[in-house]
Amino acid sequence: MNNRMRSASLALAAPLASLLLAFLLSALVLVLVGSNPLVAFGDMLEYGSRLEIVIDMLNRATPLYLSGIAAAIGFRMNLFNIGVEGQYQLAMFVAAVVGGALALPGFLHLLLILVVAMIVGGLWSGLAGLLKVTRGVNEVIGTIMLNFIAIGGIIAALIGRFRDGEISTNSGTKLIAESGWMPNLNGFVEAFTRDIKGRQLSGMLVVAVLVGIAYHLTINRSRFGFDLRASGLNPMAARSGGVPPKRMVVVAMVLSGAAAGLVGMVDLVSRYHRYDNNFSPGLGFAGIAVALLGRHHPVGVAFAALLFAFMDSSSSILQVTGSASPEIVIIMQGVILLTAVITYEYVNQIRQREETKMAALATAGGAA
Amino acid sequence: MVLAIELIDITKRFPGVLANDRVNLRVELGEIHAIVGENGAGKSTLMKILYGMQPPDEGKMLVNGTEVDFKSPTEAIEAGIGMVHQHVMLADNLTVLENVILGSEPTKSFGRIDFESAAQHLREVSHAYGLDIEPNDLVETLEVGERQRVEIIKVLFRGAKILILDEPTAVLVPQEVEQLHHNLRELKAQGSTILVINHKLPEVLDIADTITVLRQGRTVGEVKASDVTAGDLAELMVGSELPSPETTESTVTDDVALSLRGVTVLNEEDRPVVDDVDLVIHRGEIVGIAGVEGNGQGELIGAIMGTEHVETGTLELMGQDITKWSVRQRREAGVGLVPQDRHEEGLLLTAPLWENAALGHQTQRPYAKGWWIDRAASRAHTQTIRKRFGVKTPNVDVAAHALSGGNQQKLIIGREMTADPKILVLAHPTRGIDVGAQASVWQKIRDARADGLATMLISADLEELIGLSDTILVMLRGKLVAKLDPANVTPRQLGSYMTGAAIETDGNGSADGGAE
Ligand SMILES: Nc1ncnc2c1ncn2[C@@H]1O[C@H](COP(=O)(O)OP(=O)(O)OP(=O)(O)O)[C@@H](O)[C@H]1O
Ligand SMILES: [Mg+2]
Repeated sequence: MNNRMRSASLALAAPLASLLLAFLLSALVLVLVGSNPLVAFGDMLEYGSRLEIVIDMLNRATPLYLSGIAAAIGFRMNLFNIGVEGQYQLAMFVAAVVGGALALPGFLHLLLILVVAMIVGGLWSGLAGLLKVTRGVNEVIGTIMLNFIAIGGIIAALIGRFRDGEISTNSGTKLIAESGWMPNLNGFVEAFTRDIKGRQLSGMLVVAVLVGIAYHLTINRSRFGFDLRASGLNPMAARSGGVPPKRMVVVAMVLSGAAAGLVGMVDLVSRYHRYDNNFSPGLGFAGIAVALLGRHHPVGVAFAALLFAFMDSSSSILQVTGSASPEIVIIMQGVILLTAVITYEYVNQIRQREETKMAALATAGGAA
Repeated sequence: MVLAIELIDITKRFPGVLANDRVNLRVELGEIHAIVGENGAGKSTLMKILYGMQPPDEGKMLVNGTEVDFKSPTEAIEAGIGMVHQHVMLADNLTVLENVILGSEPTKSFGRIDFESAAQHLREVSHAYGLDIEPNDLVETLEVGERQRVEIIKVLFRGAKILILDEPTAVLVPQEVEQLHHNLRELKAQGSTILVINHKLPEVLDIADTITVLRQGRTVGEVKASDVTAGDLAELMVGSELPSPETTESTVTDDVALSLRGVTVLNEEDRPVVDDVDLVIHRGEIVGIAGVEGNGQGELIGAIMGTEHVETGTLELMGQDITKWSVRQRREAGVGLVPQDRHEEGLLLTAPLWENAALGHQTQRPYAKGWWIDRAASRAHTQTIRKRFGVKTPNVDVAAHALSGGNQQKLIIGREMTADPKILVLAHPTRGIDVGAQASVWQKIRDARADGLATMLISADLEELIGLSDTILVMLRGKLVAKLDPANVTPRQLGSYMTGAAIETDGNGSADGGAE
């Protein structure tokens, strides 16, 4: 038991160490530009722990988490899905068009929107998988190319057609009927805290949690997950063991894309209810960082997403107080990622040495 | 007198394992010194310590009389030590020259690699030691024996005067072993000191001057090769007699388990690498395939497993046409495989043992339950394999790379044989397994045969091939060129069949293109 706690604390040591290092380096940067880091961090912590800002953080963390899981699915098979960005934007666009054109009774409408988003994301990503297994196009190249086609090509070309005619100044698609809106979780939160003014906690949080559970069960517990991990660890051995390598690549890409399809849904079904220029881009790339920091672990990725979301949501206070530039969080996020990669490797080595030593203590008496 | 190497009281612990327990080793300058011992005795570990790959927990190391403490192989190389590993580590898609200089590239100005002078140096080195090799050949086109030579040259290229070879002959056929031994003697004559690990005791006696025996991490003896027999050595190593792989009475039945008709597999250049092969294996029969590696055996296995595309011909398993079946369908129908390269094809090195046991059988009980992996049952079954096949490990949750080579092999044999196969393809089943465990693996193969298992056996160990097989087919350039009765053939004769010499002299007389 003691052993297990030790190894658990070692597992936590890496992300904590990188966090600490990131704080120190950011503090250094702040000092260099003439700000007081203690004041700046203090402001962020105080502001970030307000209920409204916590809700803001959760709303930001939700798409980050989904994006992180999308990247993590690929990573488990040594596939680098750079295309989450294009996949979620295309999925969001198509889901907005379909959701705006149809009106189904109640819950079905919302479900349809989510399913369409997952299908579009999955197909778009699966296309990169198909290109890889049939044409030998590396998935990195394939997904980058598909990002351009999706964002710069398809969406740009089609958005004019589906523009909402009633409001001429608006560049977005038609507003989705209320049956296609995600209920918020305010009632649930308020039962424990107080009235939330002007904020809504998106119900997509529940979807993200379900996706996390599904990810864990599929990858770590199912036969399919075994095949997927085996292909990632040793493709040749997996193949001799009956895993169809090409099908695995396509299926993994489809699953990754399906998760990616949900990334834009916080904006679509909980916020703007249409596709327009207000939604947040860049979530696909942030997801890669979150997946790496969380070590592809369902809970680890959640912590990473929360951390990045906290920095984003609490940094806006810096503009108000003037204690530092809000852009400092971008530096911090970059540093965290860099140091995480390094400290993970370092802690791994320490852990191996520790294990060896402990086993030595255990065996020395018996074997000598 | 100054010793080339002196290891004093070396101790090395791994989680749950005492790999080296105050080991002592004394190697004289200019001798060939063999290290023998059962699987997991700590041979590879000791050599890795000497080569600076792993630090010892305790103990002292002296090289040429001075104490050393290598932090990395680079430091060992500087001290004139070179190592050829148990598992070959060459990059297939690079040339011999590129492989040799990899990691120590000679450079010209601006960091450009100086290929001309490297090639020149390589030719000098290979010429000086009588090791023929063409620097610009692609490694993937080389035979195993040649690859081995590349590994040795790689080490010599860096100026090694002390060579460590970890099971160099495991993958070689007798002719290649002779060639290697010839090369080693040449090296010795020029003043090199050689340390060699080998499980094949007759080969040890042939090449070594002195032999150190390890057992459960300890030195149990040092003997002069001229003073002992293979039997004595086996006795010292595992406390048992030298086993022989002879099968008892025939258990061959009339039921056809697997039949191949006109099977042809093409390579990338559309040339047949398996050429119109007819082959029948009955229940209770062991069919041995003899051949120098690279004559299509790998592709023949691939055709049976479903990993190679069969251009023409049909395969039938228990009367059912399986030509179009996927690997998984065949696996589930009871086609088992012990692959020829355990690291490349057989294991997930960083995954726990129980997941490795499940590999290839992950859709079947006890490993799977519906769509899920049954973790508890998988672990329990892996424990059973561990006990029945004597896999030496602290538990079934350790990663596969933590096992010694022979123990990894036992795990693979165990998972395939306990999966209730109908037909088992065994490629070098006892490669890297010690004499004691070898006997028990052979016994298990015989027991399975008596229970009606149909087996295809491929082995570089000709004694094993002759001893276990009911029929031997010789494979040469993709064709089955001769059918031999193991009762009437010696390893030497078999060797000349394999190189094609015997077939040419007897005018294809006995070549009937396979069984039936
Ligand atoms: N990296 C490692 N981590 C944990 N245990 C290890 C590691 N390397 C080796 N061991 C253990 O140390 C013991 C000795 O292993 P070693 O590889 O030296 O055996 P060996 O004598 O070379 O055996 P073989 O003949 O099978 O190759 C084994 O029990 C093995 O499981
Ligand atoms: Mg070894």
